[in-house]
Amino acid sequence: MEELKHVRITTSPHLHEGSTTGRIMLSVIVCLLPAGAWGVLTFGIYSLYVLLASVAAAVLTELVIARALGRFTLNDWSAVLTGLLVGYNMPPSVPLYIPVVASVFAIAVVKMTFGGLGRNWMNPALAGRVFVTFSWTGFMTTWKPPLNWGTDATTAASVLGFVKSALADAQGVARGPVELLAQAGYPTSGLGTAGQGGAAGLLAPIARLFPPGYGDLFVGNVPGCIGEVSALLLILGSIYLFVKKIITWEIPVAYLGTFGVLVWVFAGRSFGAGFFSGDVLFHFFAGGLMLGALYMATDMVSSPLTRKGMLIFGIGVGFLTFLIRIYGSYPEGVSLAIIIMNMFVPMINRATGPVKFGLVKEGQS
Amino acid sequence: MRKLPTFPGGGVHPHDHKGLANQVPIRNAPVPATATLPMHQHMGAPAECLVQAGDSVREGMLIGKATGPFSANVHSSIPGKVKEISELYLPNGIRSKAVVVEFEGEFDRSGKSSEAVAWKEAVPEDLLGVIRECGIVGLGGATFPTPIKFSVREGTRVEFFVVNGVECEPFLCADHRLLLEKTQELLTGIEIVRRILNPDRVVIGIEANKPDAIEALRTAVRERQLDFRVTALKVKYPQGDEKQLLKSLTGREVPSGGLPLDIGAVVSNAGTVFAIYEAVVLRKPLIERIVTVTGPVLARPGNFKVRLGTPVGALIEECGGFTEPPGKLVAGGPMMGFAMADLDQPVTKGTSGILALSRGQSRAFPETPCIGCGRCIAACPFGLSPTVLYKWIDHGEYEEALAAGLMDCKECGCCAYVCPARIPLVQGMKLGKFMSRKKKG
Repeated sequence: MEELKHVRITTSPHLHEGSTTGRIMLSVIVCLLPAGAWGVLTFGIYSLYVLLASVAAAVLTELVIARALGRFTLNDWSAVLTGLLVGYNMPPSVPLYIPVVASVFAIAVVKMTFGGLGRNWMNPALAGRVFVTFSWTGFMTTWKPPLNWGTDATTAASVLGFVKSALADAQGVARGPVELLAQAGYPTSGLGTAGQGGAAGLLAPIARLFPPGYGDLFVGNVPGCIGEVSALLLILGSIYLFVKKIITWEIPVAYLGTFGVLVWVFAGRSFGAGFFSGDVLFHFFAGGLMLGALYMATDMVSSPLTRKGMLIFGIGVGFLTFLIRIYGSYPEGVSLAIIIMNMFVPMINRATGPVKFGLVKEGQS
Repeated sequence: MRKLPTFPGGGVHPHDHKGLANQVPIRNAPVPATATLPMHQHMGAPAECLVQAGDSVREGMLIGKATGPFSANVHSSIPGKVKEISELYLPNGIRSKAVVVEFEGEFDRSGKSSEAVAWKEAVPEDLLGVIRECGIVGLGGATFPTPIKFSVREGTRVEFFVVNGVECEPFLCADHRLLLEKTQELLTGIEIVRRILNPDRVVIGIEANKPDAIEALRTAVRERQLDFRVTALKVKYPQGDEKQLLKSLTGREVPSGGLPLDIGAVVSNAGTVFAIYEAVVLRKPLIERIVTVTGPVLARPGNFKVRLGTPVGALIEECGGFTEPPGKLVAGGPMMGFAMADLDQPVTKGTSGILALSRGQSRAFPETPCIGCGRCIAACPFGLSPTVLYKWIDHGEYEEALAAGLMDCKECGCCAYVCPARIPLVQGMKLGKFMSRKKKG
């Protein structure tokens, strides 16, 4: 029968909602791009090379290993995403071999050794970042000042690092981190107060909506990793992912909620301000929290399966991030917190299976 | 506006595509030149063939006898001569003996007025006997023999008799048209069932995307002063599954592995109730059913009263044929129906629809590894973890899959509908069930 020559036979269902793995990965990549573009504008063209090197290394590693296994897996876009996230987690002035090593480690060791996409038990990009952080700690903690600062200095301290060491030196009399930065003469762009030309000028009106000192943090006019600095653009990008249900609210809300409450309750004590006085806004926008909470903790593969499990996971990451940032010797804490909780995911999955229909005895209605 | 009830856990919201045919009144499909009548078109044991090649059969004559309580009678849908006893594979994979009847002679019943039988005085056992005699099975698609469903042990109280007018499968609107056009007959059918089951309450559940049907039933119930409740339900697939429907309507859960009767309920599809009406009042065996013939590649989709055994091709022709070559032909709805590639396949008792999907809708996507998104778990209305079950089955660990609740799976397809990795989860579940049955011996 001529007219039936295209008819396919499959099992039901014969309809699909339309998503594919490739489309999900590609959506995340596209939503990440504004924050990356901002990083390149803020730190200069060299940071673009860092991003390109990480993506290229990740893609090539995946291509070679998959080829050796007789597969082709680049069309699911997950290698590009891993490479991009590795790049986003690099300081802008890092030597190019570091992101390359991080990407190779992420793909070859963390992902492909366990069987490729879907089998990795840890977020590959974060594992790569942590691997190189402990291997080249110097390079990985050297920050470049944003071009908008107009300073001649080639290095600058990150906000979190600056606050941490100032507190360790016990020289501050400030009541909070932003005040401490101001008193210590930590440079600002003037973005929040004065008019500003160039790239930063685009976001200046938004920065001015915040109290002095917070504007730079929110739009991303501070030293930091290439992709993590702009909380604003990361949040904007995530809106599409929330709408498309590629990320669900459980992990970000549990993560940020737990972290926020703990910071509010305890973080003020380091400044001698007692309980319930921590600067939540500062800690939300400083460092890699938004990148971690919206794009990395929500990685489908290395996070729990059920909503209940996601809540537990988010709470755990929030608690660990708080612990490392506020009480640890390390100024950041997002990457370590996430990969530690990644290790608990199988256990969480086991404990939080769905409730089966017809097992709960209902009362007579 | 009051919030409409539905079941709480899982489920999906596919586009319903019902607009293609839900305004088209039911028409009589042409009498087929040959009717192919499988002996195994119901759940349970196949019927025993009573005729041979060359025999003359009359319309409505018993040609297949039920081989036990868990089986059903099969009748000839047309008068004529038995051409051969063939064997064929039905779209659901069952291999069945089939009686092929060539149309010949006169109709005994069609076009002739028959006197209505006085059923109100009949005892329930006799009514049940008529239903058994007429080969009535569940017409929602599962084709469970209705007499078994209605054989309630003495002393068991039936609190609810639920009429399933949900029709949650996209595209299908046969039940919708039936509710709308045969409202009075349907209510009489319910009265007959009420006489058999003696339930405390009668509830008719209809999804809110059929407002005209809800209105028609409510009006008719009021006019006839019946105490049936007509409940509008929030649209959500798979609400037409009887366990989910009962959850929506009564808040009770049928225990895992149990039957609706365990929570004091009996559920029948609207089409089944109409067939019961025809069987009891008109003494007409189950030889016809309403079929939606629809799809984006059909010239004129519609709803038809079809004689069982009619080849699918004849119905496609009645719809004006294909406007472009279809990508898939489905017997039943798009979520649970069976794909087929043969226009000679007969319409059987379980065929609620014939669906011709476009090539775009039927595009094949490569399967990629599970990325653990958890969408299948969120979508499963039975609280299962399809991804976990699939992995057990894939690894041949059927015992583990059974322990994880494989038998609770109704193959509704919600999991595969949302899976971004395009893993054939339902196929896996079917395989798992098949293999564990085989292992059990």
